[in-house]
Amino acid sequence: MTQIVLALAIGVLTGSGVWLMLRPRTFQVIIGLSLVSYAVNLFIFSMGRPRSAAPPITSKGAEDPALYADPTPQALVLTAIVISFALTALFLVVLLASRGETGSDHVDGQEAPE
Amino acid sequence: MTDWQEHLIIGPIVLPMVIAAAMLLFDERRRLLKGGLSLFAMAAILAMALALLHESATGATGGGDTARVYQLGDWPAPFGVVLVADRLSTLMVALTSVLGACSMIFALARWDRAGPRFHALFLLLVMGVNGAFLTGDLFNLFVFFEIMLAASYGLALHGSGEARIRAGLAYIAVNLTASMLFLIGVSLIYGVTGTLNMADLAVRIPQIAEADRGLFHVGAAVLGVAFLTKCAMWPLGFWLTTTYSAASAPAAAVFAILSKVGAYVIIRLSFLLFAPDSGASAGFGQLWILLGGLATIGFGTAGMIAARDLSIAAAYAVIVSSGTVLAAVGIGNADVLGGAVFYLIGSTLACGALFMLAEVLNRGQDPGARSGRAVFEDEYIDPFDDEERNEPGLVIPAAVAALGGAFLISTLMIAGLPPLAGFIGKLAMMDALSGVGGWAGYTVIAALSLASLGALIGLTRLGMAALWARDDDAEPAVVVGAAEGVAIAGLLAACIFLAIFGEGGFAYADHTADWLVRPDAYVRAVLGGGS
Repeated sequence: MTQIVLALAIGVLTGSGVWLMLRPRTFQVIIGLSLVSYAVNLFIFSMGRPRSAAPPITSKGAEDPALYADPTPQALVLTAIVISFALTALFLVVLLASRGETGSDHVDGQEAPE
Repeated sequence: MTDWQEHLIIGPIVLPMVIAAAMLLFDERRRLLKGGLSLFAMAAILAMALALLHESATGATGGGDTARVYQLGDWPAPFGVVLVADRLSTLMVALTSVLGACSMIFALARWDRAGPRFHALFLLLVMGVNGAFLTGDLFNLFVFFEIMLAASYGLALHGSGEARIRAGLAYIAVNLTASMLFLIGVSLIYGVTGTLNMADLAVRIPQIAEADRGLFHVGAAVLGVAFLTKCAMWPLGFWLTTTYSAASAPAAAVFAILSKVGAYVIIRLSFLLFAPDSGASAGFGQLWILLGGLATIGFGTAGMIAARDLSIAAAYAVIVSSGTVLAAVGIGNADVLGGAVFYLIGSTLACGALFMLAEVLNRGQDPGARSGRAVFEDEYIDPFDDEERNEPGLVIPAAVAALGGAFLISTLMIAGLPPLAGFIGKLAMMDALSGVGGWAGYTVIAALSLASLGALIGLTRLGMAALWARDDDAEPAVVVGAAEGVAIAGLLAACIFLAIFGEGGFAYADHTADWLVRPDAYVRAVLGGGS
């Protein structure tokens, strides 16, 4: 059940994200990129074969890997979240600069001819 | 081995980071201090890179090949993150430092005033590139890739102006998407193999269960797409020309190395992970890389002939250079790869020089500097309105003649004509390719010849327009600042150096290719517990 929910969440986020990224408005693109990055974060997490109620840190005397969740993907996700957050913020600045400079929020900097 | 030598490998990463961070503390107006600090940093990185290069050229103390391994935090591989300096990565770090130092010198003449925090961004870019070359871990590679890209977003917009912002918007969107693919690929590979260390991956790939191999191949392909986007393989590289030709000249010159980071990772991973003895995955994706490389050469050559502007032609030259390396990787033969590595060095330097020349020759017509409106009104100084700086430090007598000579050298390098180093690389590739034979060998020979012809036609035409057919009344006079002259001369001197000491340089490249096709030595060096 959890697997289906996780898979559906990744699929829906990716699908909506890609659709938005292909839209002509810069704001839609940035929201699309954010959605895809959420999907990717969930995906990285899911590749560590997540299980419930299993801590990622071993305790002394019980160093059996079967009892614990894999900590590496969790560390990777943390890094990926920080980086994608920072770059989304940077992209937002460029978006505003583009809006100010070109007077249009179209990704090409000008409206498509009718 | 003394202590400082052991830590030398991390120097090219830590030094630019520390200096870039320190620079943020100083006011933007203290340009002399910032320029001096950047020059010091680049000189120190160059010295460290050359020391590392010397070590990999002469081999370990007992002779033979060496791959210096540095365990961060002293955790043994594959549990900790390692840095690995082998023949290929030290060569690339040395190339970065030469190109970076010359671009920095070029920028000191005037471009560093065109926007805020140029020096810090530039050093962070160098840090990211060096890190990407030196790391031995896939996720660490992602982190360095992002540092490099984040700095490059800033540098692409340096100088501001509408053209740069438009190009930058597309550039950032494409590269953010590629980064997502990178993460998906890395996590798929981790999910299947349970490791991110490249050497450990090479060991584990033959042992992947048959049921999981498909998933692993999906991961590797997705990861490959991310790098192929970076090195602008057709049809993933349409973003490159707009961005590079709109970027300010020193930024564009140093960007020539960014696409080589993609090419480097493709070389590294193809030969390490999909070596002929790696079981069922051997040679994975090779045909696609070959076909993509050929298409890229064709696209870049057509673009160079069609280009109406020198900086656009230079951007297409970067694409052709990537395509050549990709085609060589697709062939997978050690001798071809040796020629390609040698060609890669020369063509990267020449592309960098061509971006600078394009800016000098088209001065006054620059779209970024011309649209006077700036985003950061308070901090933006149009470098061409700045009276004090436009006092030429040194008017080179017969500047056009000197620039013409420089233009000739970079054209010969890019087209791969004798007597310069580009020719040696191309000839070595063709010689080895005729030995490989088959449709692939002869198609690549044809593509390489056509690329030379196309580059020659395109660049000669643009050169004539820029140098011979100058309308001195209508066009502004060519003024070369002393620093700009030094930067261009430095890059071209490196090209000529490659030709004069071609034997040694080529032997190094050839040996590097031999080292790459025998990945077991690399794996032993990394997993054997370091130096």
